[in-house]
Amino acid sequence: MSDWPILSTITFLPLIGAAFILFIRGDKETVARNARHLALWTSVVTFGLSLLLIAYFDISTADFQYVESVPWLSDYNIGYHLGIDGISIFFLLLTTFLIPICILASWDAIKDRVREFMVAFLIMETLVVGVFSSLDFLMFYIFFEGLLIPMYLIIGIWGGSRRVYSALKFFLYTLVGSVLFLIAILWIYLEVGTTDIPTIMQYNFSPEVQIWLWLAMFASFAVKVPMWPFHTWLPDAHVEAPTAGSVILAGVLLKMGGYGFLRFSLPMLPEASEFFTPLIFTLSAIGIIYTSLVALMQKDMKKLIAYSSVAHMGIVTIGLFTFNQQGIEGGIFQMLSHGIVSAALFLCVGVVYDRVHTREISAYGGVVGRMPVYAVTFLVFTLASIGLPGTSGFIGEMLVFVGIFKVNTWIALLALTGIILGAAYMLWLYRRIIFGELTKENLKSMRDMNWREISIFVPLIALALLMGIYPSPFLSVLHTSVENLLIQINPDTTTEVLSSIDIHSIFNPATNIDK
Amino acid sequence: MISTLFLTQLQILINEAMTEFSAPDYLPALPEIFLGGISLILLTIGVFVGNRITTLLTWVTSLVLIAAVVIILSLNINDQITFGGLYIADTFGTFMKCLVLIGGAITLIMGMSYVKNEGMKRFEFPILILFATTGMLLMISANDLISLYVGLEMQSLALYIVAAFKRESIRSTESGLKYFVLGALSSGLLLYGATLVYGFAGGTSYEAIGNIIESGDLSLGLLIGLVFIASALAFKVSAVPFHMWTPDVYEGAPTPVTAFFAAAPKIAAMAVLIRVLIGPFYDAFDQWQQIIIFISIASMVLGAFAAIMQANIKRLLAYSSIGHVGYALVGLASGNEEGIRGVIIYLSIYMVMTLGAFGCVLVMRKRGQMIENINDLAGLSRSNPPLALVFSIFLFSMAGIPPLAGFFGKFYVFMSAVNADLIGLAVIGVLTSVIGAFYYIRIVKIIYFDKPKDSFDKPINIEITATLTLTGIITAFFFAYPSPIISGAAIAARSLLP
Repeated sequence: MSDWPILSTITFLPLIGAAFILFIRGDKETVARNARHLALWTSVVTFGLSLLLIAYFDISTADFQYVESVPWLSDYNIGYHLGIDGISIFFLLLTTFLIPICILASWDAIKDRVREFMVAFLIMETLVVGVFSSLDFLMFYIFFEGLLIPMYLIIGIWGGSRRVYSALKFFLYTLVGSVLFLIAILWIYLEVGTTDIPTIMQYNFSPEVQIWLWLAMFASFAVKVPMWPFHTWLPDAHVEAPTAGSVILAGVLLKMGGYGFLRFSLPMLPEASEFFTPLIFTLSAIGIIYTSLVALMQKDMKKLIAYSSVAHMGIVTIGLFTFNQQGIEGGIFQMLSHGIVSAALFLCVGVVYDRVHTREISAYGGVVGRMPVYAVTFLVFTLASIGLPGTSGFIGEMLVFVGIFKVNTWIALLALTGIILGAAYMLWLYRRIIFGELTKENLKSMRDMNWREISIFVPLIALALLMGIYPSPFLSVLHTSVENLLIQINPDTTTEVLSSIDIHSIFNPATNIDK
Repeated sequence: MISTLFLTQLQILINEAMTEFSAPDYLPALPEIFLGGISLILLTIGVFVGNRITTLLTWVTSLVLIAAVVIILSLNINDQITFGGLYIADTFGTFMKCLVLIGGAITLIMGMSYVKNEGMKRFEFPILILFATTGMLLMISANDLISLYVGLEMQSLALYIVAAFKRESIRSTESGLKYFVLGALSSGLLLYGATLVYGFAGGTSYEAIGNIIESGDLSLGLLIGLVFIASALAFKVSAVPFHMWTPDVYEGAPTPVTAFFAAAPKIAAMAVLIRVLIGPFYDAFDQWQQIIIFISIASMVLGAFAAIMQANIKRLLAYSSIGHVGYALVGLASGNEEGIRGVIIYLSIYMVMTLGAFGCVLVMRKRGQMIENINDLAGLSRSNPPLALVFSIFLFSMAGIPPLAGFFGKFYVFMSAVNADLIGLAVIGVLTSVIGAFYYIRIVKIIYFDKPKDSFDKPINIEITATLTLTGIITAFFFAYPSPIISGAAIAARSLLP
């Protein structure tokens, strides 16, 4: 097991699949059909392999597992270094899980240049998996920024009417953040002498340096998350991207910002993180309320869900910066939950969009009469997005609020207001689309979801409910790594961590048994 | 003044020769001697046989250039000074010469069909390129302001002619004339600077100048001389504020010539700039660092902003090359071994990308007519997907997006800048690269997102296809095996620094 480079296999398998797709020959129809199947099977096999990771994962240690290390730019002491811990494994799994779903969702929706689409998607999978498994700063950066190329093309080629503007905006916005992050990487490299992430985590930067490094990283991650006021690229990109593009944007790409905070800002720059916590709290709280209000007034379904993503990610950033176990685990859990729920919501929009070809909310109404199965599916994810107990959204929000109430009651109160607004806009959206009189002529001929579409949603519903009803398996994997993170942030908090286990164990009977 | 300078120098040389009574060691200069000899032979053949053998001569010239690479690599001489101190052969020179020669050979091969189609099929063309390349090698290896000037003029005079080689085209002749007038001005600057340096340092050899400055005797005259020399060389690398000729000459000159300008002479001039500043003027680092920082920032900013509004692809690439020079100079501004290494890596990658991009421009031909408007690329991704892919790779790479080669070039120069505490410079650099990214991905947008227009003429020549494949693969997969260029650059940089 240990000598087989499984992480590299998972990372580069999609790339190999993409290379094969490039060499398919034949007429347009054959190429399209073969490209679809090849892409689907590549991504399914990748997902299957990534399940092996969790099967053999050792939850008792916070060390990086499945580590691979090969010299790369050896003169510069920069290596090819892969590995995952309890935090990154879930993001990796989320990615490999969502990609086959995206490919299935674009089965009929993408008719033009199918081969190129599938190639771009598989290249993107390689890059995203690379982001979550890199243990070298330069590699991380290469994967992180390399993503811009396929995503730019996906939005720009297969997007909606304003795709060119959105693609450019997405590209340049993210690039500005990233290049400052690059300067931070260079600075760290010259100070520590390596870009090896585990080594840098052990290094103590002086507080003044930390402030600058933190700000440079913040520029990149805040755009990616996105935090208010750096979120304006998101609604555009989401609205114009094809369904699969929106799914991957909301499901995975936004998580890279949160992952960045978690992996770099918090453990490497603890003092600066603590110093800037009020900034994060303020921006997040404003963001939650502001974007929720904006979401209330949207006429476009995708835009509404895009704004709701910003609000949900605001809760995530609050959770990550509480510096306690509940908050951080809640933030991570919320990211995973949001990855599934918002991805599913975009897919729901895609289902009706493929039939009616409009995203205007006012163009719908009374859909339940024609599409009962769809109505139920949409309902599950609407409620999961609101955070109804029993769905994945609840656990994440609950943990974050437990965490934040211990730190700052006012922020907790403000963020809670956002939750109420969230219920308002989601339920209102649901009412306007699903309920009411079925008056529009073009809706009367709509057919309910076919088997392909149902098979897309089944795993998503199952996961959303499983994470909501029985979250302990997920949390127990996270637990050791988050504990280790807290010790890295502040070596003195060990006692606090231990005392907090009581509250935590409400959701985590598994750890109680272990102890 | 100049003639007296020459005479004195000649006297010194004669005296040296008289006292030593020995012929100079010719071996280190074998590549230049080889190229010079061959070019004279080819010229003679050309004169007698005429334009019939232009294609053959082009192939022979490319082979000769490649042979010169082989000679240089097999000699592998490190730090040998000959011809009474006029000429130096070292690893830095070896590396840069190989770059120049490869760039020259590839542009010749790539441009063959253009030369044929556009009525430029005259035997002088490859020979002039050969002369220019010989001059470049001389100036890279110059160890004295005199030999530097001779080498520089040798390449410049040949380049003025090839810029105007499409005689019946007004734009081409105009570009040649413009290049000549402004180039002569810069040569004047160089000579004036050289005389000042000679007057205040008492010698033209790099050692003599270096010794004077090292002894702490940095007089005002010497400093002004340094500024003049730096300005002249900045002109040759087309750094702002001496860039004005670049867009016009690039646009007007025949496309293969433009590709050659962007690849070979720029690298040679950059090598000279590095050698002069790091060599004799090394101890005046504090003085020239300010100049280099200024022209670096100015070039990056102008390269980023001015290219945005361009509609002509050659003009756009001209501004883009100005920007690239700015990035390369970031490494020189750090003035340490890491910085020089960064510049060398940057130039190597830059050459590959530029040759590739110009290869794509050479394909832009509809119904037998060359076209240069960027909007004519619309829908290329449908009419010719492989070409669209390769062109996009070059553009993303020039924008510095990882994992493509261009990113690594920027990475190394910015790293040296951060290392030398020039964080402000590095931040300006990355921000201008974002602005630059805008116009590169705007072309990608035109290629991929816009409605298709009628497609380019097919089929594409085998020479261009081969070039594009080669440069495309290097650009896209540089990350997989970067060590040859990176360690080569490391050795080259180490040989240069004292």
